Amino acid sequence: MDKLYTKDTQAIFWNNNTTAIQRMLDYDYTIKRKTPSVAAIVAPTSGNKFEKFFYGPDEIMIPLFKTTAAAKAAQPQADVLLNFASFRTAYDVTMEALNLGGFSSIMITAEGIPERLARGMNEFARNKNVTVIGPATVGAIAPGAFKIANIGGTIENIVQSKLHRTGSCGLVTRSGGLFNELSNIIAINADGIAEGVAIGGDRFVGSVFIDNLLRMEKNPEVKYMILLGEVGGTEEYKVIEAMKDGRITKPIIAWCIGTIAKHFSSGVQFGHAGASANADAETAAYKNIAMAEAGMHVPESFNALPNKIKEVYEKLKADGVITEIAEPDMNVCPKVRKSKEFICTISDDRGDEATYAGFPISSLATPDTGKGIGDVVSLLWFKKQYPKWATDFIETVIKTVADHGPAVSGAHNAKVTARAGKSVVESLVTGLLTIGPRFGGAIDGAAQYFKYADDNKLSPADFLNHMKKEGVPIPGIGHRIKSLKNPDLRVEGLKKYANEHFPSTSLLDYALTVEQLTTSKKENLILNVDGTIGILMVDMWRALGYSEEEINEFISSGTLNAFFIVGRSIGFIGHVLDEKRLAMPMYRHPMSDILYDVQEAEKI
Amino acid sequence: MAQKAIREYDGKALFSKQWENYFSGFHYGFKSVLVSSGAELLEIANKHGFEWLRQEALVAKPDMLFGKRGKNDLVLFKDKKPGDVTLAQAAKWIDEKSAHNTTLLSGQTGILTHYIVEPFTPHSQEQEYYISATTVGEDDVLYMSAEGGMEVEEGWDEKVIEVAVPISMSDADMEHAVRANIPSDIPAANKTAFASFAIQFFKFYRDMNFAYLEINPIVMLENNDMAILDLVARLDDTAGFMMKDTWGDIEYPTAFGMEDQSPEEKAIADADSKSGASLKLTVLNPMGRIWTMVAGGGASVVYADTIADYAEANGGSISDLANYGEYSGGPTTGETKFYADTVIDLMTRHKDPHGKDKLLIIGGAIANFTDVAKTFTGIIQSFEENAEKMKAHNTKIYVRRGGPNYEKGLKDIKEAADRLGLYIEVYGPETHVTDIVRMALEK
Repeated sequence: MDKLYTKDTQAIFWNNNTTAIQRMLDYDYTIKRKTPSVAAIVAPTSGNKFEKFFYGPDEIMIPLFKTTAAAKAAQPQADVLLNFASFRTAYDVTMEALNLGGFSSIMITAEGIPERLARGMNEFARNKNVTVIGPATVGAIAPGAFKIANIGGTIENIVQSKLHRTGSCGLVTRSGGLFNELSNIIAINADGIAEGVAIGGDRFVGSVFIDNLLRMEKNPEVKYMILLGEVGGTEEYKVIEAMKDGRITKPIIAWCIGTIAKHFSSGVQFGHAGASANADAETAAYKNIAMAEAGMHVPESFNALPNKIKEVYEKLKADGVITEIAEPDMNVCPKVRKSKEFICTISDDRGDEATYAGFPISSLATPDTGKGIGDVVSLLWFKKQYPKWATDFIETVIKTVADHGPAVSGAHNAKVTARAGKSVVESLVTGLLTIGPRFGGAIDGAAQYFKYADDNKLSPADFLNHMKKEGVPIPGIGHRIKSLKNPDLRVEGLKKYANEHFPSTSLLDYALTVEQLTTSKKENLILNVDGTIGILMVDMWRALGYSEEEINEFISSGTLNAFFIVGRSIGFIGHVLDEKRLAMPMYRHPMSDILYDVQEAEKI
Repeated sequence: MAQKAIREYDGKALFSKQWENYFSGFHYGFKSVLVSSGAELLEIANKHGFEWLRQEALVAKPDMLFGKRGKNDLVLFKDKKPGDVTLAQAAKWIDEKSAHNTTLLSGQTGILTHYIVEPFTPHSQEQEYYISATTVGEDDVLYMSAEGGMEVEEGWDEKVIEVAVPISMSDADMEHAVRANIPSDIPAANKTAFASFAIQFFKFYRDMNFAYLEINPIVMLENNDMAILDLVARLDDTAGFMMKDTWGDIEYPTAFGMEDQSPEEKAIADADSKSGASLKLTVLNPMGRIWTMVAGGGASVVYADTIADYAEANGGSISDLANYGEYSGGPTTGETKFYADTVIDLMTRHKDPHGKDKLLIIGGAIANFTDVAKTFTGIIQSFEENAEKMKAHNTKIYVRRGGPNYEKGLKDIKEAADRLGLYIEVYGPETHVTDIVRMALEK
């Protein structure tokens, strides 16, 4: 890996830090990235599925997950973890990600992770060849490609500091605040940076100066490097060694801050937790001398650093190592943006013609398009173009459930309401409101329970025992009069269609083994029409390539019930119109049909 | 800071609390008390469980983080001969030592306030050993020596064996390494026991999240009875959230002689502890003429560096630098005003002895997210209240800052100073962060 990040790098952001994420997306928009740099957010306590962000003037949704594992499974290409967990959990989050694998770098922002944990974590990451940036850092940036969270500050400052496009300098600092400042100095005195890392202020950080400088040595965009060290520690000496043995050949401009410390014997902590000199070699003054002797470009003071940068840059330019950089086109983020209250992902009426999931209505409506109601359902409900066998099945289901006579409770309610003089819509919804766990709900229940039994590899006997323990009669099993010998022809039709047209019918096959067992106990315990529909819907989705989790979500969100609602609305409207035609009077239930058992209320 | 020193008494109490979990095969009779006065010692001696204070010969010494107490003549272990100190003598000695300032050989000076009192443990020099552990580079290192006592520091290289333990080393490998490196001059009869103790010591050091733990000397008595005669310990306080129950209510005292923070420093520290932002103030020289108000940790260091550089180069000295500190992390306007009030108040207490102007450096790097105009509002409010005092001390103000809303912040502070008749120069990101120090000092 000779570059930390590219323009295709995507991250999983651990913690829904909306301000920092928005800054990343503003950056992405400014530099015209094709994909947002944040592919997923891990928010363990959020119940939401996504978070809205601005992308330039528009809004985009970034998916939210409860765990890193789920986020990684959904966005496997995202190989950077931005760990914004608190110091209490940052260690666990990092270790989980390292064990999951698939991350090339992990950035940790928390300050004050217990030192022993930090050491173990850093070592583990090194063995797994994962670059750790931090802990206690503002992050890193590959200008023109990828920027972590708040590094670089506001978008105005980023552009002013030329952090929106690749320059020639590789920058490594300990301090995050001075990183910004150095970027600005480099923009003023040279041509900006190619890659920059603030390694973090804690005593034990993952990647140290040498790790980052060795990578930059290999990065052809980096022509020279700037190292801003600090009093304390001996990391700068590793860089000196690398210069001596030839692993680093590019020019390095270096300075260690904290020269003030020599004036004060003890008691004053200048700077970070890692910044405390325990020996002469760890003082800033000593390190500055050593770095100069090793051949690095060391200014006489921090205040003289800009001139030193200018001098080295101009020399490299005169030598032809650095050439003039063409300033790229940028997008400009609007200053004022308003978040949208509603989101629609299925249809759009803004163009010449309204569309269903991208298809103009006229391309679906007339018979010559070859499209049916099943196609419309697949577009508007599932945002997919289902194959013909599936749309035909959907239509078969709708036709099959359209009506079941006037006596069922929903139809009865609709008829009673119509006779009370109410409108079509009022009568219809009265009927629809009856649909639920007892009326029409067997489709949902059958899909849910049979799928559970199949997923868990329960034998038919185990399944029956399980349902007995639950105290629930198996949904989708049993008919008032029909039996194996006297089969329900609607069921036979559905089964026949599925056998002929479905690529596979695994759940139906399982359900039929259950039916063999139940009918051996009692003849009318057959797989009924509700059960068959629910089960075949699962088989349809399986054959269409949906994951088991997605199918479970269809079931729990009530999608199966929705097929029943659509179909049965046709029947209810029929009954309501029937009542209107017949002009039957207001209905009153006969008293003779009611058991009256009213006692005088007791005093309490 | 991540590493914090604890009292010898607290270190020993932690040993005692965990003894059964770590030091199987060894005994430790934790007999120690921590007192602030002779009266307190006499009172404890009447309590159940502390009869030994009246029955045994005692040792008393200050327990205030500093070492070399023997060399400083601050260990009471004999009246006429070693091991004859009574309770009454210990109490009297403590009161005598507390009555006046004590100056150590190192130059630290202050009042002794905490003493640890323990039984005198008769033993021979041969029974004393040295053991300690700390982190060096990426590894833990265990140090062992057959020679305990205060002489160990002379001839460290010859006398002390080091065993490095990388963070990922297994317990089996660590135990093997320790056993293979037991100092050769430990008597053969004691080697096995010492190795076993050293291994358990290391695990205790590691699991308790010590950053440094030293017993000098540890005394191995008959029947594997251990006496911890002198202990120095630092904890990694970032582990506090996981170790809360194990550590208990452990105190982190400030270093001896350092307790005397000024009321202003205390007030800022107090405000810091209540704020989500970071407010730090250390007065280096109250008579100094250069006062700073710098935003950001890294920036505060480079300003201090640069002031030292230019003060010396322009005929001044480091003593011109009056304070060190920072305000950062998005402080509120109120917090910034309080910080500015404190600095300006300190700055205007003493006239410069050479009649020179006072310099107020309001510096900072380009902020990541702190609203510059908002924080400057607090500084401006402080100017309004303190303008006359500032003028009386010929205060020259130099400002440099960048970040969110910096244009407004710079414009506001310039206008306010001009309106109040204060001398001010104002610069933004186009000027190098510390260059205002050069401008101020080269004038």
